Amino acid sequence: MDKFTTVTGVAAPLPTINVDTDMIIPARFLKTIQRKGLGKNLFDAQRYKPDGTENPDFVLNKPAYRKAQILVAGPNFGCGSSREHAPWALQDFGIRVVIAPSFADIFYGNSFKNGILLIALPQEICDQLMDDAKKGANARLTVDLETQTITRPDGSVVKFDIDPFRREALIDGIDEIGLTEQKRVEIGAFEDKARAAQPWLWVPAR
Amino acid sequence: MATKPRTLFDKIWDSHLVEMQPDGTGLLYIDRHLVHEVTSPQAFEGLRVAHRKVHRPDATITVPDHNVPTSNRAGGIKDEESRIQVELLERNAKEFGLTYFGMDDIRQGIVHIIGPEQGLTQPGMTIVCGDSHTATHGAVGALAFGIGTSEVEHVLATQTLIQRRPKNMKVEVNGTLGLGVTPKDVILAIIGKIGIAGGTGHVIEYTGDVFRRMSMEGRMTVCNMSIEGGARAGLVAPDAITFDYLKGRPYAPKAGAWEQALAFWKTLPSDPGAHYDTTVSLDAATIVPLVTWGNKPEHVVPITGVIPNPDDEPDEERRNGMRRALDYMALKPGTKMTDIAVDHVFIGSCTNGRIEDFRAAAAVAKGRKVAPGVRAMAVPGSGLVKHQAEEEGLDKILLEAGFEWREPGCSMCLAMNDDKLKPGERCASTSNRNFEGRQGPGGRTHLVSPAMAVAAAIAGKLADVRQLG
Repeated sequence: MDKFTTVTGVAAPLPTINVDTDMIIPARFLKTIQRKGLGKNLFDAQRYKPDGTENPDFVLNKPAYRKAQILVAGPNFGCGSSREHAPWALQDFGIRVVIAPSFADIFYGNSFKNGILLIALPQEICDQLMDDAKKGANARLTVDLETQTITRPDGSVVKFDIDPFRREALIDGIDEIGLTEQKRVEIGAFEDKARAAQPWLWVPAR
Repeated sequence: MATKPRTLFDKIWDSHLVEMQPDGTGLLYIDRHLVHEVTSPQAFEGLRVAHRKVHRPDATITVPDHNVPTSNRAGGIKDEESRIQVELLERNAKEFGLTYFGMDDIRQGIVHIIGPEQGLTQPGMTIVCGDSHTATHGAVGALAFGIGTSEVEHVLATQTLIQRRPKNMKVEVNGTLGLGVTPKDVILAIIGKIGIAGGTGHVIEYTGDVFRRMSMEGRMTVCNMSIEGGARAGLVAPDAITFDYLKGRPYAPKAGAWEQALAFWKTLPSDPGAHYDTTVSLDAATIVPLVTWGNKPEHVVPITGVIPNPDDEPDEERRNGMRRALDYMALKPGTKMTDIAVDHVFIGSCTNGRIEDFRAAAAVAKGRKVAPGVRAMAVPGSGLVKHQAEEEGLDKILLEAGFEWREPGCSMCLAMNDDKLKPGERCASTSNRNFEGRQGPGGRTHLVSPAMAVAAAIAGKLADVRQLG
């Protein structure tokens, strides 16, 4: 996972509420056994016409946003399925930050595990950032995770909150499994207790 | 020791905490891990790369469901990518020593159907699966929730997850349900009321006499769609109905252990006076057979109603969302729901693919015919559901009416196998999501109960099952 410090660039405006995971990456692209390569199918149904050619009206096909690293979206972004293919597709496309009034729970956790910073901000601030985003190549945002700030094109600064655990994980790129494995003793002690209290849960599967 | 009254969720959460971390997250122990072929390949690969083993093979069950064909199984899987995913799951199961229900095993089926069916999911457990409909298992009084592939890997390696404690939400439905009103209508009514983000950050406990009287399978339908209301998990307190359902199932505790388990399970229901962060109440008498009109599960109307007008929606973003949905669905405000013709009918999925669903479907289909031009599919949720339905002659009734009777799998719920809509086709479906393109690119989905799906198949358009007599 890429370590996260700051991202500066244009932000693509996607003023749609309830962007669901099927929209981010349709189910037929979930047949891959890799994490990479999903970027080309990000927002597939909106990005391409039925004949496979690009839909020029879709934001990520417009010249200013083709390399956008930041997305500004409507509330409840990422609702629906648990598919981690959604953040994989965003990441493979190059999106490092999504800013929205709210996010769906499973998508939220999945994104941070893939180096994507999700920033939830009040609707009125998202509206301002959406206006910035709509200005295209002339309006760049700087997202700084260390200082938890977004610097707008006019130089004004927006602060954002973030779970300290998730912040640390993004900045340091920690290996969560490795961290949990250091709790081997605690997990073992828990299991001994659980096995004594609920032995029926420890019958081998057949 | 006097303790604060706790909810069912609180009790399960507290008893599974290995430890609280200084940053306020908890290390939660997982009792059961269900694994399917779509969200696991990258997790197993991660284990291999890091030379890790599966921490508890005895607590891990694997089954292919999303990609499996629902016809001509003997011919194997034609689509190469689908075949690779299914074969890889089998290889991973073998390599890591996990139980695997393969395509030729009668126990194979949709992961959320076979968990309860096999007695793998039990009250008081923590259960996870790389699938958002894992909430289904909450019907037995377990804390069950969907996780991403990184978390699948984390559970495989450590049998734990790092989680922040969600909030408690109570959804209470009291009173008596009217004729023709099913568990599917109850959960659609709840989602219509709270909205698709209404349960975000919460675990929903479904309470009230409607759920107390509801069958286990009905409770599964309700809990299954908790995620469509934004809640990662939904659960129902275990009671005599739960215990009767579980007794004698293959993985349920056996004699001796059963009594011990039962005594524990009876301590699980929420204490009187337990605190819920949010409470929502519905009157059962106000719930009618429902159908969705748009592309989010909250877009529900009574079958007797009409397509709503976005102009009546004061919020601009929501108004735009409604317009977008009407455009995608090719529908106009004011259209009567019963005037909407369908091309397809799909009965199945982890929401409505159990024996009671096919009994309800057959009861409506008996002696009737699917309208000309409508393709109607019945896809049992598991090999055992299929077998049971055939024992009861339900397959014959459905076949006689003009339905296809197919092999078990996820099928047209998300169109990862060959069962999919063509662009522009419209489907009355018993599944859980009406998202754009969910049942195939350009396909249009109306969510309904199994009885209403059959009514639509017979009428050739969305129909009120109560009018069929």
